[in-house]
Amino acid sequence: MREPLVQVTNLGIGFTSRVGVTMPILRNINLAIGEGETIGLVGESGCGKSTLALAMMGYLKSGLSVLEGESLFRGRNVFDMDKRALEGIRGGELALIPQNAGQSLTPTSRIGRQIDESVKLHTSLAKEQRHERVIELLLQVRLPQPEELLKRYPHELSGGQQQRAAIAMALAGEPDVLLLDEPTTGLDVTTQAHILELLRNLAAETGTAMVYVSHDLGAIARVSDRIAVMYAGELVLEGPARQVLKQPVHPYARGLLLSIPRLKEAVVPASMPGRPPLPGGAGQGCGFADRCPMVEQRCRDKRPTLEPTATQEFVRCHFHERVEQLPSPEPPKRPDRSSQDEMDSILQFNDVAISYAKPGIVDQILGRQPNVTPTIDKIDLTIRRGETFGLVGESGSGKSTILRAIAGLWPPQSGTITYEEAESLNTSVEERSNDLLRCIQLIFQNPDASLNPRHTVAEIVAQPLKLYFGLGGDELRERSVALLEQVRLRADYLERLPSQLSGGEKQRVAVARAFAAEPKLVLCDEVTSALDVSVQAAVLNLLIQLQVDQGTTYVFVSHDLAVVRALADRVAVLYQGRLCEIGPSENVYRFPSHPYTEVLLGAVLEPDPDAEPTLTAEDVADLFPPARGCPFQRRCPRNIGDICNNETPPWRPAEFGHAIRCHIPLDELRSLQ
Amino acid sequence: MTTMSNTDFVKRRTAFSTLLTVLSAMASRPSGLVGLILVAFHIVLAIVSPVIAPYDFRELSAQIILNEPSSEHWFGTDNLGRDVFTRTMLGGRQALLVTTISTILAITWGGLLGVLLGLVGGRLDELLMRLVDAFLCLPWILVLLLIVVMVGPGPAVLIPTLGFFYGIPVIRMARAATHDVVALDFVTAARARGETRSTIVRRELLPNVLDVLLVEGAMRWSWMLLAFSSLSFLGFGVAPPTPDWGLMISDARSFMSLAPWAALAPVAALSSLIIGINLTADGLAKALGIDRAQKAPV
Repeated sequence: MREPLVQVTNLGIGFTSRVGVTMPILRNINLAIGEGETIGLVGESGCGKSTLALAMMGYLKSGLSVLEGESLFRGRNVFDMDKRALEGIRGGELALIPQNAGQSLTPTSRIGRQIDESVKLHTSLAKEQRHERVIELLLQVRLPQPEELLKRYPHELSGGQQQRAAIAMALAGEPDVLLLDEPTTGLDVTTQAHILELLRNLAAETGTAMVYVSHDLGAIARVSDRIAVMYAGELVLEGPARQVLKQPVHPYARGLLLSIPRLKEAVVPASMPGRPPLPGGAGQGCGFADRCPMVEQRCRDKRPTLEPTATQEFVRCHFHERVEQLPSPEPPKRPDRSSQDEMDSILQFNDVAISYAKPGIVDQILGRQPNVTPTIDKIDLTIRRGETFGLVGESGSGKSTILRAIAGLWPPQSGTITYEEAESLNTSVEERSNDLLRCIQLIFQNPDASLNPRHTVAEIVAQPLKLYFGLGGDELRERSVALLEQVRLRADYLERLPSQLSGGEKQRVAVARAFAAEPKLVLCDEVTSALDVSVQAAVLNLLIQLQVDQGTTYVFVSHDLAVVRALADRVAVLYQGRLCEIGPSENVYRFPSHPYTEVLLGAVLEPDPDAEPTLTAEDVADLFPPARGCPFQRRCPRNIGDICNNETPPWRPAEFGHAIRCHIPLDELRSLQ
Repeated sequence: MTTMSNTDFVKRRTAFSTLLTVLSAMASRPSGLVGLILVAFHIVLAIVSPVIAPYDFRELSAQIILNEPSSEHWFGTDNLGRDVFTRTMLGGRQALLVTTISTILAITWGGLLGVLLGLVGGRLDELLMRLVDAFLCLPWILVLLLIVVMVGPGPAVLIPTLGFFYGIPVIRMARAATHDVVALDFVTAARARGETRSTIVRRELLPNVLDVLLVEGAMRWSWMLLAFSSLSFLGFGVAPPTPDWGLMISDARSFMSLAPWAALAPVAALSSLIIGINLTADGLAKALGIDRAQKAPV
């Protein structure tokens, strides 16, 4: 076998505290990357995957130092190189593509100039040749109309285009190894799928080796030849992608895979108990021992070594032969929905339009509404009592705006929202009665922002109890403890501040705060997207348990189709603030009738080596909804011409209350798909 | 709203323990430690100086006019034969008293109004902020002089005047800090819950802008000391027999070449206090994690 491009041997990286105690962030890492090979580094936040990727190019964040081992690039230890030598390989032979391209591009400089600078730095081409090379690079990353694009500024590109431009810059030096640090995180599903296809093709065309760092096993599965799973600063499993995904021989990898919701079945995934040790906090034994379902005394006493298996993998587990025999976890029970048709409506939308446009001074004087296409338009929905209603769509589709309207934070421009068939919700928060406010509660995406960092858990949970029920003294304390118990947190959490909790625990506190009001309707705004997958599953399970116990109705907004599938009884698909499709989730997911739903579902990435995305539409979203016709007209792969561009498509009802909004008749759509 | 007694079980982090944590964080940096020591030294000195001063500050003596520093008169004597050491020890009392109270006043009214404007926004905010801009254009020392000339000198006039004027930039600061917080979801959550505006200000906003206000307050304090001393220097601050640094510098100015000690002693005292306050403000900002380079006030 030839010498690998990058060879990491027994690498340990950590920081040394002021009193001289070293805390390892990475321990005993061994990894080799051969030419043209793509390695996926996967793990939850804080496991050290980015630190490892950056260490491969000789970069350490401030405060970190190499404790032991080495990382070779073409046979030379990057930590022994001087600054000049490192500059020589960085960006040239070893290029990095960061997570957020929008932030890594210089906002005041045109795209063409920025890529040209990279070319200039890494080649000795003359000016005219460089221009040709830049065009070539842009074409290589499949950016349309490169001549036009050269003159644009980063903010004039969409997120996907920015990421492509960043890839083009990284390719300028014709690198041997590309390090990709979460390159698709934060992008829409369709964009993500397109970027991943691009990376796959680039790897095949140019023979560039890649290190793909991500928390998303779906993305990793799509691009990687081999997968390395990291946990608490260690490599716990490394092997061929197919093998790792199909038959993981490490309990952590297995748990991680089981905690990912799948599109195929409406099952809430199993969660993994516990939380990873803090960086540098792993003790004597196996780092995973505290969360492992098959832990034994030996695991706590002795740290396992990375051993080869019969199936060409390397695994760090004393009992890896037994992993396959672990029982499959029991999927949690979902509320019984057999009598769904009889349920009455809790929320009714009647031709609702919401606009963010503020009337100008002239409009204010004349008392008229500004003449702009509203952000959200023509929403007709009925949400039934006790169900989970999913709202899906890409970013900017108006999912959160609808929640804000229900909560009274931004009342609709026209149309009516009715609560419990009686009360109008066209009012703002200030005009609502205390009882109505209590019945509708919000849970936000990011608990770091939704919990006041200065308040203890007790203060956070007590607030709605005092506000709505006037509780105090012992009663307040008892109720607070009971609420924490409901979200499976111990009573001693009451005195903690949010900064002393893990991400999942924070979100549990946010859930407890919402349920403290004893609400009838809970609006969940991307509640799991800021969480790690193993934690996500636990929060989803918690939400279901609370619903079973209290019969709460959920409006569940998410961009993650698999999560919605796991939870929702009925789903509405939104594009540009307009409804495309609505129906029981079983039907929507099984027979994707609307072309947009088809595109969305086709782009979903699953941690399955056999799943292949079908990409039929462009990933560039429109900035504004078109004034006339179908909102999806510009990207629709099945656009049938004038009628789509000029006339609003009709609702076409299918069975079980399933309806789609398209000019193409249902039968024809179905036969096309 | 229920009363505070109902929240007994909600264990408050005591103000004292928080103060200790912040102080120890400040003292862990050399510059912060120096600042704290200087400020503490001046405050203690202001309290105990009447007891420990070696001479009477009014005691004149024709025999020892402009004497050099000696074992009897450590900092020498001034043009009226008064002991400079005694007068320097006592010279910060008025200044510290007036500026401390004015700073608290300025931070309170400016901070509250700023937070409220940051939350409410709209036309009132627009109007008041333009007024603030207009006020900030005024040459302050002239305005202060004008007021003192019209109303008369003395702490009773200076405290509210300084408190008012130095509260104006605080409004802007507090408003900007509030804007950062208002955008966060926990404020949205409080609004959606139907909390009253005063609860949102008190519970959600103030605790999160308090550290910015504290640092701002420390900065304003040092500015105010300079302003107060300038007024004294110009003869509009403290009435003559009372020792005051500004006044002492002004008196000793004419004899600078003959007796530099009479001017140097109050200058050193005033500068050490101002440097001390500035270092403290810096240390406080770092201990609280506020980047003053980014959030520098007007």
